[in-house]
Amino acid sequence: MSTASPQNKEVRMMSASGILGYGFPEASLNTALERKPHMIGVDGGSSDPGPHYLGSGKTLNSRLAMKRDLSLLLRGAIRNGIPMMVGTCGGAGAEPHLQVCADIIREVAREHGLSFKMALIHAEQDKGFLLEQLAAGKIRPLGNAPELKAQDIEGAERIVGMMGPEPYRQALAAGAQVILGGRGTDPAPWVALAMHHGVPEAPAWYAGKMLECACNAAIPKKHDCLLVTVGEDFVQAEPLNPELRCTPMSVAVQALHENASPVIRYEPGGVVHSEKCNLSAITDRVVRITGMEWKPAPYTIKLEGARRVGFSAFTIAATRDPGLIGQIDSFLDFVRESTATKVKALGLATEDYQLVLRVYGRDGVMGAWEPSKDAKPIEVSLIAEVVATTQEIANAALSLARVTLLHSDFPGRMCREGNMAFPFSPSDVERGPIYEFMLQHVIEIDDPLKMFPIEYETVGATA
Amino acid sequence: MTRLKDIAKACKSKNAGPFHITLDIMFDDLKLFERVRATGVIRAELIAQLYGVPVDSVQFTEYPPALAWKATIARRIPSGAVGDTDIYGAQQHAPLLDIEVPI
Repeated sequence: MSTASPQNKEVRMMSASGILGYGFPEASLNTALERKPHMIGVDGGSSDPGPHYLGSGKTLNSRLAMKRDLSLLLRGAIRNGIPMMVGTCGGAGAEPHLQVCADIIREVAREHGLSFKMALIHAEQDKGFLLEQLAAGKIRPLGNAPELKAQDIEGAERIVGMMGPEPYRQALAAGAQVILGGRGTDPAPWVALAMHHGVPEAPAWYAGKMLECACNAAIPKKHDCLLVTVGEDFVQAEPLNPELRCTPMSVAVQALHENASPVIRYEPGGVVHSEKCNLSAITDRVVRITGMEWKPAPYTIKLEGARRVGFSAFTIAATRDPGLIGQIDSFLDFVRESTATKVKALGLATEDYQLVLRVYGRDGVMGAWEPSKDAKPIEVSLIAEVVATTQEIANAALSLARVTLLHSDFPGRMCREGNMAFPFSPSDVERGPIYEFMLQHVIEIDDPLKMFPIEYETVGATA
Repeated sequence: MTRLKDIAKACKSKNAGPFHITLDIMFDDLKLFERVRATGVIRAELIAQLYGVPVDSVQFTEYPPALAWKATIARRIPSGAVGDTDIYGAQQHAPLLDIEVPI
């Protein structure tokens, strides 16, 4: 795979769906392959489902669903002699997530008698390396994030770096046909492929941004495959399902998706500007975009980390009593105080646990941002959660909070048999260890490959 | 006075990373978008007031190619941290619906 001249060069790239394991119609993949794409791929991850996946090492989507998608993509790629790339494998892109996807690929290769060179790009970071970089002043906060301390790194469950396209380019140059990436910036695989063929940064990054969520850039919204053609000064987007369309509006709307700004995107090594973009309909299903710009910046890698904050247990309860609903705040204050007294009697300290009470039907969804707190619901649901230093303490404190909710007096109490309707037995649910995101920082690094070691293997070869 | 929920195509919220929520107000009719735009009602100050955050903390962009406005604010609680109520940030749009537009 040589680096071709960008002159009149058009590179066609396909993205299967928003995230690996979401599914896509097989017919759309077949249509893509008839168009002789230069690669097929899919993004595998997001921080959107929260810190649990990075913290626990579990995958966002099921192995069964990822295997279905990967099997179709892998066979399509090998049959057509083109690369297949997956970004942010397994949801969070740390080592366990990457290994699950590699294992699936080996299994599919075995089942279908396929042979190819595979690259695994690791993104989980060594704490010793990060501590060295911190000491050297190379890690800095983004926005209002606090300065990072060594103990933050030491206390993290898992930290990944978000790779740029460079490790993918390296793997392509080394002749890998299947490339599985750990955590990366979502557009990275497609940016790498486009640049591998000589496309400049601006259209390559814009194309990658289009492709990362596949048919999110088309209407009507569906998990389906998107084809993007990119050249030296343009990007062209087209859904592969004839029922879907890209319009200038649908493409513009994609620019709003999950970004702080629709026109400025910070990426490793530069900023993508789309203030001056022109979006025009080529047909009623195909949109051509020109005018995107790339402004280089010092190379930085964003870090993502999860730390364990404790163990959780929760219960769901509800009240239909208008007298209780009318004084729910003072009642919950009483529940907090009374629970604290009972927990203390177990010999536990107040800092050993936190009781979080959510009132659904009032402000359970928006909390302090709720603009209509004075609405009068006829029933409300409570979710009482305890987060504690051990699961045993979480369970014990929750059980005391639950009984206090159920059997406490309040002024004007009419039903003395119990204040709450519990929908489940057992009422208390163990949630196990829980995590939180703890890094909003970048690391300044000269070599875009350094933090992302690449491992090559020949899959399916007879020894 | 017209309320935004009766004339906009979409008012939505979503995470922009684990520490920010982004709010989008979108139209599907250019003339209507321009009429609303001309009132000058939708601006960073209004978002700050609706969500009770300092105005200089609102990253605000008017985005005519999508007939849209976008505002990004810091989350009250990072996604998934203890006490968070909306991991995906997809249900924080309600205050936008009742924005009154003098058209």
